[in-house]
This record gives sequence, structure tokens and C-alpha cells, in this order.
Amino acid sequence: MKLRGTLASLLLATAIGGLPLTSHAQTPTHQQYFPLQSYRVGPYAAGGTGFFGGFIDYMNLINTRDGGVNGVKLTWSECETQYVVEKGVECYQRLKSHVPPPSAWNPLSVGIAYAMIPDITADKVPLITIDHGRTDSTDGAVFPYVFPLLMNPYSETSAIINFIGSKSGGDEKLGSKSIVVLYHGSPYGRETIPIYQLLAKKYGFKLQQIEVPDPGTQQQSQWLQIRRIRPDYVVLRGWGVMNPVALKSAQEVGFPADHIIGNVWSNSEEDARPAGNAAKGYIALTTQATGTRYPVIQQIQNIIYKAHQGNMSDPARVGSVYYNLGVVNGILNVEAVRIAQAKFGNHSLTGDQVRWGFEHLDLSVAKVQALGAAGLFHSIDVTCNDHEGHGYITFQQWNGKEWNRISDWIAPDWAILRPIIEASANKYAAQNHITPRVCSTEEAAAN
Amino acid sequence: MDWSFLIGVVISGLLAGVMYSLVAIGFVLIYKTSGVLNFAQGSMLLFAALTFVSLHEEGLPFWIAFVLTLAIMVLLGVLIEKIVLRPLINQPPITLFMATLGLSYIIEGGAQFVWGTQVHQLDLGIADVPLPLNSILISQFDIFCAGVAGAIVAVLGVVLQYTRVGLAFRAAAFDQYAALNTGLRLPRIWAITWGVAGFIALVGGLLWGARTGVQFSLSLVVLKSLPVLVVGGFDSIIGAIVGGLLVGLTETLMEVYVGPFIGGGIDQWIAYALALAFLLIKPTGLFGQRSVERV
Repeated sequence: MKLRGTLASLLLATAIGGLPLTSHAQTPTHQQYFPLQSYRVGPYAAGGTGFFGGFIDYMNLINTRDGGVNGVKLTWSECETQYVVEKGVECYQRLKSHVPPPSAWNPLSVGIAYAMIPDITADKVPLITIDHGRTDSTDGAVFPYVFPLLMNPYSETSAIINFIGSKSGGDEKLGSKSIVVLYHGSPYGRETIPIYQLLAKKYGFKLQQIEVPDPGTQQQSQWLQIRRIRPDYVVLRGWGVMNPVALKSAQEVGFPADHIIGNVWSNSEEDARPAGNAAKGYIALTTQATGTRYPVIQQIQNIIYKAHQGNMSDPARVGSVYYNLGVVNGILNVEAVRIAQAKFGNHSLTGDQVRWGFEHLDLSVAKVQALGAAGLFHSIDVTCNDHEGHGYITFQQWNGKEWNRISDWIAPDWAILRPIIEASANKYAAQNHITPRVCSTEEAAAN
Repeated sequence: MDWSFLIGVVISGLLAGVMYSLVAIGFVLIYKTSGVLNFAQGSMLLFAALTFVSLHEEGLPFWIAFVLTLAIMVLLGVLIEKIVLRPLINQPPITLFMATLGLSYIIEGGAQFVWGTQVHQLDLGIADVPLPLNSILISQFDIFCAGVAGAIVAVLGVVLQYTRVGLAFRAAAFDQYAALNTGLRLPRIWAITWGVAGFIALVGGLLWGARTGVQFSLSLVVLKSLPVLVVGGFDSIIGAIVGGLLVGLTETLMEVYVGPFIGGGIDQWIAYALALAFLLIKPTGLFGQRSVERV
């Protein structure tokens, strides 16, 4: 019986008020603190345990292997949100006064992130929405404290259409194609409706967008519509249980799995494996590769798990999609702190100082390799204007047991996306009486 | 009009409704015999499926895992009766409902605490592929589910209507004081009822789990069963089946034929709209008994 000791301690900690799970004898001035609004129970626990497990394991590796970031230990505490917005905001209220102060918020939830934007901006603490969040928060001139690192929803959309174009023999062939977008009935799911419409107009493909109400446990009616439309491709923009049910329902109406393209929240083992044979051949986008062959993952296994210090109750999940995303998120947070330390000194930094680190986070392919993550993710170059930082993604295909990469790293179509992002950000600025920063002036002053 | 497509939509909707009925039957059974609206039925379904799949993954053969899980569910039912419901005998219905609401959270948390939060694949050996009948596609798996639901209804119908045990169950549900006065042992009847509800939760959990994967969301299917109960009647097993078929059919037809004109997502609320209409027109549902009280 898999009685989960770790989970037990977590639940206990949560029950008595989100006590820190780690404690260090050092003074607060030598600690860099990360509040974690994790979700280890509830409908999305599989994603939460993987992501936050990977994030914590990486911070643990930095402390154990390097003695922290330039001697400053990383600390953290968890607060259970169950992926519920109200609980996430309550966690934020509880942890924001922590000493030392929060370095950055990483809720991994669109709803919680949206709810926090005004407050974290007032607090001057960065909000990291890796692979998700508001697309227009890519524009750091309007959203100085929000960072949709690696990929925003519009970049994802552009990359998926580019991929379908390449499979069809070139973008010019897209005009003869029919594409259905099956999206989750939530703000996250609806975020990309306008950009798909815009891309359909540009490339001339037929587009139908069909909503699946949350949680998506029954999809017969949606897939009957798809059967009637007979599209060439279905883009699956799902979340949680919606994904395996979509794959099973596709099989029921005879739609081929290798013509279903999953987005970044439909790309995990937990999305494909429960669908069994129905998922064989299914393709999904990702910003980070899976597996344990990367030096940084192997170091976690050798240093952390061999010492029985790993956060995952099931070590076999090390190397899975959500876990590796957590590790990559850990790398980006830690390197932002390291970059900020170079400017502000090797001591505990404020959230605003760490924000500066994120805004100068430049990890080239060579730097990524030096961090032991070559091939795990491509690269990132965050600037005042671009809080996403490249948007490189790749595609993977499920073989019935695991994911295999089937494409090179693909960049989004910046020429199309950037004006839309700026227009949306400027609209937000006008509605909220925000005076956008002038990034060129700030960068010139810094240089 | 594409008639073969329409027929496919109708069949698909009816089969989707059977899946709702499988959960609703568990509700009806407990309500019919104890007067308790057991909100924990969805959690029991999750707990049963998680327990079965975890035991099976540990290496136990299918039928041994099934029997062991069934034993655990019966034990759970007996404990619920003894620890939660017995002290609440003759309390108002809302008190009992709130007790089961709290119970659902405890069972959900307990299931994840004991078996973890990982999503599990469950393969019952029945292909979820379409049977081509001319141009109409019907899922083999859905047909199997319909057969299982039919068998459960038939057995329960016979037991409740034609056996002494069934008579005792109905007497207990009708008037607990009178049942006690005639010598019926209410605790035993309720323990058996909860044990049978555990069996239905196990069957429902396995069928839903094979469709969606065994994961936390299984406990949420209970939300789709509530309108089924309102439409069919809270105390009728036949009502649970007919209500499920009506809800499934309405959802599917509306989503396919009306959804495209109003932006889709209709099946999120249409079942509740249908239930509301029934509450206004026929509050007892199609097969529910009208309660008569002396005032």
C-alpha cells in the first residue's frame, strides 16, 4: 500500500498553517525565499506534484551541491491551493509578509495568476507564469512584474499552426485545410480564440472552435460535431481529465490520434497514458523535453534521490513532463537570482531586485549547456520588452509508453504576434491608468 | 437533414446518459431505503476505483482485486452507518445531507492520502472503438455500460419489489419509527444498503475510470447525477435510468444542433435547466412518489 509519508507531512504542514518545509540555521540575510502556492490534492494534483516536485528538487540540488546561490541558501514553504483561485489568493496574503521577503510567485495557475497581478505589481514582486498566463503580459513595458517565461499562449498557437503547415507541405498548403480547436471552457481555454481566428484569416484555413465545459468528462457531443466537420487536424487545448477523454472520444468516432495536436497543457504522461491505445500516435507541443538523460536531471537523481531527499513520492516520475517543467522553472528562478546578485550583491534580495534579474535573464544555448540542461530546453532571452524570451518549442509524439521528440525547436511568428501583443497591452494600460515604461530609455540608461 | 447522423447523435446521447444513471442508481438506493441524499456517492466512486486500480497495479489479479475492493467498500459502508448515520437517526434530512457532504470531503482526501494523486490507466479489456452500423458509429464500450446498468436495475428491481429484504428496505424508508416498532433492525438494513451502494460505486467507478482514467475528477461526476435524480425522481431506480437517458439525450442534441449557434458549452448547464423545469412542473420527477403527510 502506497502510504505517502511525504504527502502526510505535507498535509500536516498545510493543516497547521503552511509551515515551511525546510529550515536553515542561517540568518534571513543569507536566505532567498520562495513561496510556493502548490496543489498536491484535488483534480489537478498530478500536475501540481510533478511541477512543484521538480522545482523543489532543483532548489534542493543548488543548496546541496553548491551551498546555495553564491552562498545564499534557497528556502521555500508550501501552501496548498487545490488549484482554487480563492485559496491561491489566501496563500498569497498569508505568505507575502514572510521574512525574508518573497523572491517571486510561481502559482502555475492562470486563475490565481490573473487574480494576483494588481497586488504583486503594488508589492513589487515578480509573478512567473511559465508557459501560461496573459499573453499581453509579454510586454514588460506595461506588465513590469509579470513574466510568461518560455512561451505565451499566442506563441503556442503560432507554433502549432506552423507545425501543421510543415506537416502539410508548407504554409501555402494550409489554405486547403480544415482545423478544429477543441478548447477547455475556462479563461485559459478561451485565451487563444482571437489568435486562431486571425491565423485562419491569414493562411486561409477553415476553422471551427468548440468548447468543452469543465471538467470535460463527457465529450460525445463535441466529437460528433467534429465527425460531421471532418477536419484535417484537431488542436486539443485541454486541461486535466479533459485530455484523456478527448483522446478516447476521438477513437470512438474514428478520428486518428496522429492528427490531434495537443497544446502545452495537454502534453503530459497523465494526459496520454489513461487513454491507453487511443493515445498512440498523439502529438503534443512542449517547451521542455522529457526523460532523465540530461545532466541536471541525473545530478538530482544521484545527489538528491540517492540521499532520500527527493520531493517526489514516486521517483519514477522524475523526468516526466511536469517534473522537467518544474526543474526548468527552478533553473530560470535560480539564474534570475544569480543575475540579480551580480548587480545588487550576494545577499538576500528583495522581490524588486529579483525582478531585475528576471528582466535580464539571458541564457544562451551555450549557457543552458553549462547548466547541464542542453536539450532539456532551448534558450531564453528576457528583456524589458519581451518577458517571454524567445518562445522556442518542440513537438513530441506518444508511442503508447512515452513521448518522443519529432521536431526541431520551432520559433513563433513574431511579425504577426508582436503588434497584437502590444495593442492588447496598451489597451490594458489605458483601462488601468498605467503609464507604460520606455524600455529603450531604461536599457540605454542601464548600459 | 442527415438522418443517419441524427440517429447517431440520439444513440450517443442515450448511451452517455447511461453513464450518468450508473452513478444516480447509488443515490437512489440509499435515498429509497434510508431517506438520506448521499452526497458522498461520487467520493465513494473515486475511492472504489482508486482502490481497485492500485491493488491491481500492485500485482493482484483482476477478480481478486475486485473482491478485495468490494470487501473494503462494504466495510466502509458499515463504518459510515455506524459512526456517522446511526448517531443521527431521526435528525432532519438537511442534517443528514450535511453529514454526507462532509463525508465526501473526508473520503476524497482519504483516497488521495492512501493511494496518492497519480492518474491511473484502467483497461477492462473492452475496446472503446466504434461498431460501424451503416454510417452510424456506436461505441462497444458504451453498449457494455448500458448492459451493466440494465443488469443492476433488473437485480435491484427484483430484490426491492419481490423479496422480504426489499420489503424491509422500503418499510425503513417509509417510516423509521414504524419500522422499528415492527421489529426491523434498522442499523442492519442501513449497513446492507450502504454496502450495496459501495458495490454500485465500484462498478460505476470502474466504468467511468476506464473512460476517463482513474483520477480525482471521478468524484465530480456526481454533479451530473443530481439533475438526473430531479428528472427521474429521487426514490425510483427506473427513474434514475430514464432520467439519465433524458439528460444525456438533451445534452447531446442541444450541444450538437444548438451549440454552434450560441457559442457551445451548452452541456455545462442544460441538464440543470431541464431539472429546473421539472421542479417547476413535476417536482417529484417522472417516477418519484408524492409524499403525503398528515397535518
